[in-house]
Amino acid sequence: MIVFDQVQKSYQVGGRAIPALHPTSMTIDTGEVFGIVGHSGAGKSTLVRLINRLEPSSGGRILIDDEDINRYNPAELRAFRRKVGMIFQHFNLLSSKTVADNIAFPMKLAGIYSKKEIRERVEELLARVSLSDHANKYPTQLSGGQKQRVGIARALACRPTILLCDEATSALDPQTTQSVLKLLADINKELGLTIVLITHEMDVVRRVCDRVAVMDAGEVVEMGPVSEVFLHPQHPTTRDFVFESENVDRDELQEDLQKAEGRILRLTFKGESTYKPLLGSVARESGVDFSILSGRIDHIKDTPYGQLTLSLVGGDLDIAMQALEAADVHVEVVR
Amino acid sequence: MEALLTNVDWTEIGLASWDTLVMVGMSLLFSVLIGLPIGVLLFLFGKRQLLEQPVAYAVLSFVVNVLRSVPFIILLIVMIPFTVMLIGTSLGVAGAIPPLVAGGAPFFARLVETSLREVDRGIIEATQAMGANVRQIIFGALLPEALPGIIAGITVTAITLVSYAAMSGVIGGGGLGDLAIRFGYQRFQTDVMVITVALLVIFVQVLQMVGDRLVLYFSRR
Repeated sequence: MIVFDQVQKSYQVGGRAIPALHPTSMTIDTGEVFGIVGHSGAGKSTLVRLINRLEPSSGGRILIDDEDINRYNPAELRAFRRKVGMIFQHFNLLSSKTVADNIAFPMKLAGIYSKKEIRERVEELLARVSLSDHANKYPTQLSGGQKQRVGIARALACRPTILLCDEATSALDPQTTQSVLKLLADINKELGLTIVLITHEMDVVRRVCDRVAVMDAGEVVEMGPVSEVFLHPQHPTTRDFVFESENVDRDELQEDLQKAEGRILRLTFKGESTYKPLLGSVARESGVDFSILSGRIDHIKDTPYGQLTLSLVGGDLDIAMQALEAADVHVEVVR
Repeated sequence: MEALLTNVDWTEIGLASWDTLVMVGMSLLFSVLIGLPIGVLLFLFGKRQLLEQPVAYAVLSFVVNVLRSVPFIILLIVMIPFTVMLIGTSLGVAGAIPPLVAGGAPFFARLVETSLREVDRGIIEATQAMGANVRQIIFGALLPEALPGIIAGITVTAITLVSYAAMSGVIGGGGLGDLAIRFGYQRFQTDVMVITVALLVIFVQVLQMVGDRLVLYFSRR
């Protein structure tokens, strides 16, 4: 468990303290995938670097499994860092070392593993990230996705309990992003390790995270389970991110809504209700006619969800809304 | 051919070439041995680097700059008492090596500093995140990553030392430069001058070629 207790960070620039992270308190549970989303400069990079003390905090306490990491002496800090893997946007692989040597590197640095242990672990990890055929290649000979998989294997080498991902998919194309995210999700499930993932793409959060914190100007402005934050965003910044990830043009949406007649409702289905043939039966029972203005059916991590914006005309609206709510559909009246 | 090169004593040329090789080889060895750690320290003490030490950096940088700003011909002369103290003579091949190192080491140190700065900061950060200490970061990540740059630096230093070594003829240093000055210049033996210069050109060409090959071999990018 990672506990932030009034943690803050500021940088000294020309004698003045510029805040990068305002006092923040939050808890990241063991074994969850925790997303931190924010625009560049929002302080998310700083936040993630506080966890392995690549950046020292300026105030507050960070407790990891009940230990205050600010109290570690240099040797303890190094031992602690071995238990926290990290992957990076630009992979940061050593270009002078082969794939296998890159993965072995943290184990060699640790100085507590035998040659045999290292060799076996590297083989195991290469197989895990499907790169066994590339063991003796150099990073420049690999594609971006392969490089990041090497990065992941390297981060896992010393069997960490926490994995920090710093914009790990931002330099990858959409397809590769998907495969890397799947790998992260699988690793999270198999090894039960805690993943803290920072990104500027809400889509990444939607696919792998259990909970998310939204950051803006050095502050966490919204935090909660991904389904809550994603489907019912409260803060303007969060809304921006959600709209962005859904490729919704807000002006166009407004225009569509103005053209539509009658009541406009936004329905949110989650889990099983996504698959139920609900709209038809509700329309029949209540006598309303509906047209779909916009909609999206997708998954949040493993949970299916649907979000539809409907305009309803005629019939008995109250009966329709009651029927929808009875079927576990979240109904929001837009107009 | 014989008529054109009447003054050329090939045995003398051979000996002088060997002297130049020894001077360049020895001074390069010591320049690297001394310059490499200084370059690493310059890098580490620099702004926003691992062991940021503004005062130590300023002092070290000042010493390096002083040695680099003294024209080599002056350095040769200034170094004489120190050279005598160190190896008992300021003459011959041995006498030329201390001033060559005094000129070569700071030059190489700056090249090392520059090539270390070229290493992606992300790599240092990643290595830190793995729990490496400063020594491990230097030997495990920084130096291997900067190796092609450092080899290129050794090449440039070697070539600089070839021309410095030629200058040491002025203080009786020996080698091809000495030959060129004593015979080619002072006795107006143009043929000797041409041969020595041609040999120096070949020497530099070979050094550059070997250096480039090595850089290519160690570059994995």
